[in-house]
Amino acid sequence: MSQQSIPSMADMMAQGKQPEVLFWVGCAGSFDDRAKKITKAFARILLQAGVNVAILGKEESCTGDPAKRAGNEFLFQMQAMTNIEVLNGYEIKKIVTTCPHCFNTLKNEYPALGGNYEVMHHTQYLKELLESGKLKIEGGKLKGKRITFHDPCYLGRANGEYEAPRKLIETIEAEFVEMRRCKSKGLCCGAGGAQMFKEPEKGNKDINIERTEEALETQPEIIAAACPFCNTMMSDGVKNKEKEGSIKVLDLAELVEMAGDLSS
Amino acid sequence: MSFGIANIIFLAALIIAIAIFAKNAGKIRRNIMLGKDVNRSDRKGERWKNMGLVAFGQSKMVKRPIAGFFHILIYVGFVLINIEVLEILIDGVFGTHRVLASPLGAVYTTAINFFEVLAVLVIVACVVFLWRRNVQRLPRFHKDEMKGWPTKDGNYILIIEIVLMFALLLMNASEANMEAAVAGPYLVSQHLASFFSGMSQEGLHTAERVFWWAHILGILAFLNYLPFSKHFHIILAFPNTWYANLNPKGKFDNNETVTREVKMMMDPSADPYAAPAEGQAEPERFGAKDVMDLDWVNIMNAYACTECGRCTAECPANQTGKKLSPRKIMMDVRDRADIVGANIDANKGTFKDDGKSLLDDHISREELWACTTCNACVEACPVQIDPLNIIMKMRQYMVMEESSAAQELNLMMTNVENNGAPWQFAQADRDNWASEL
Ligand code: HEM
Ligand code: SF4
Ligand code: SF4
Repeated sequence: MSQQSIPSMADMMAQGKQPEVLFWVGCAGSFDDRAKKITKAFARILLQAGVNVAILGKEESCTGDPAKRAGNEFLFQMQAMTNIEVLNGYEIKKIVTTCPHCFNTLKNEYPALGGNYEVMHHTQYLKELLESGKLKIEGGKLKGKRITFHDPCYLGRANGEYEAPRKLIETIEAEFVEMRRCKSKGLCCGAGGAQMFKEPEKGNKDINIERTEEALETQPEIIAAACPFCNTMMSDGVKNKEKEGSIKVLDLAELVEMAGDLSS
Repeated sequence: MSFGIANIIFLAALIIAIAIFAKNAGKIRRNIMLGKDVNRSDRKGERWKNMGLVAFGQSKMVKRPIAGFFHILIYVGFVLINIEVLEILIDGVFGTHRVLASPLGAVYTTAINFFEVLAVLVIVACVVFLWRRNVQRLPRFHKDEMKGWPTKDGNYILIIEIVLMFALLLMNASEANMEAAVAGPYLVSQHLASFFSGMSQEGLHTAERVFWWAHILGILAFLNYLPFSKHFHIILAFPNTWYANLNPKGKFDNNETVTREVKMMMDPSADPYAAPAEGQAEPERFGAKDVMDLDWVNIMNAYACTECGRCTAECPANQTGKKLSPRKIMMDVRDRADIVGANIDANKGTFKDDGKSLLDDHISREELWACTTCNACVEACPVQIDPLNIIMKMRQYMVMEESSAAQELNLMMTNVENNGAPWQFAQADRDNWASEL
């Protein structure tokens, strides 16, 4: 499997080919060590399933989400329009991304600026691959594992997708436990709105601790996440509670890969 | 009864009450219109449906089943019992007494019986709400922003409702013992009739009149209380849901002025020194510093807010002890809009700068920067108010007009600008992971 690689759009273009879907990696997925593991897991699944996929590679740039949520509309639109030029230049029609923030921005905020694509979150895409039979989970290595799921705000409340991640957990035959606050009432991990990049305001607790405590109440073996930022926040929370030995925070792409023994 | 001085007094009271209400409601309308224009008249079909579901159908209200259930009692009770006000108006103006009783016959008796049952349910619901506020002391009613007037306001409304319902029941009860009763006795009030059993016919008649007047004058007084209360929601909840944002909650508006500027910058053929096009207004302020920089839906939201605190109860920042409370954001916008409105009234129709603004004088920066943009407040609001939209506009002002973001955020933005990522990594390393598959 490791001999396979994921082509860049520039390579594809040079060969006169067009991918069926572009994998938008996002900044965390490109640079953050923890998030890169998610990126690689998802890329391996795509290749395994025989998806004709490409990345922008060095031509990808921040969607502008953190700038926009910090209040810098100008920088956001600069980023957006630069990206749209690149995407439209390659005649991209369909995008999949492992980051709910990129997903939300590409899907909802790019169209008005001239970027019209079909945008999917990777949990939605994986669900489709499994449903169409392109991807099969054999082995069921996570069968019976106790898993809880933390809804990312920008996938859940922001875009109304609560089912795809839960469907994936069902498919890997894990023992699924909901947290008290879930789906539309899910508590934020504390990273959104550019909070990831600053110190929190004065309070009596960090938000990720509050959320981690809630996750721990379900006595999980695994806390499933679907966002690289939530992943960081929850991992930090678990470390803060000194539970990193017994409880893992894993992305759904990683769980699907682990469950299916896909890296044959 | 026949036409006389009482009818003139009634008509005068009615006209004065409606006139004062219209004046104050007009001021609220004017204050809402201080906001910038925004188009929320598209997708009309969906809007009607949404209003039907959320306002008439109370769909978000019942997400909290206890409050939802008792509120439906008050809401339905209020709407239906007010049908009776129609008769009171006719009687009051023409000097008739229970004018609909004989033409409607048995239907009338059934209707009044039904209203009486509703009145009892309304009283029960109001008592439950008073209990929740004052005995059970639900935390969402007792956050900092609720100190003083907002807490009193919440209690006054409930007490007034109870008083009005009792006036209605006692009015019917006093009639029950009257020889000249045109209708009744009724289901509930007959049990109250014993209060009046020892009275002379004249006394009964007077009692009936007293409660009749108490009921209608109470309603007119309550009407005039609305514009100064969170209870204005009984009117604004409807337009507020009709004009609600129908897009996915994660979709934030793109500022069109910025779009024009960015397009100009990116167009190699554009002349950067070109004079702005003819007729182009002076550049507007980015984001919002004061209520006039918000749009009218933001301000309508503020006047529609019921101060129920469901938004604040769900807010991750508030739950972890930060100063931010989305309800306070809405209350602050309303307070400031009232102040600006009063300023305009005092200065013959134009706003005279008072050296104050929504930012800093009402909403602190600390509150604004604590928001994670998680949309929990928007999701929670039973009237579909959007505090996040206001928070984002105020952040835009701080960043784009003042460049006053925290140092770490400025660093993040510099990185996005220079490296295409919020951290200091080289663009060239973006796809390093791809060689590690
Ligand atoms: C038109 C007739 C209506 C009447 C007479 C009415 C009456 C009341 C009263 C008396 C309260 C006070 C309860 C308390 O805070 O303790 C209240 C609260 C409230 N009302 Fe209404 N209302 C009406 C319409 C609506 C509509 C259409 C909505 C929209 C869904 C709405 C939403 C609310 C909310 C959210 C509260 C706060 C209650 C809580 O959650 O504790 N109301 N209403
Ligand atoms: S969007 Fe902001 S104000 Fe609203 S609940 Fe989330 S953190 Fe609180
Ligand atoms: S904004 Fe909505 S949820 Fe918050 S207090 Fe007002 S009515 Fe209640």
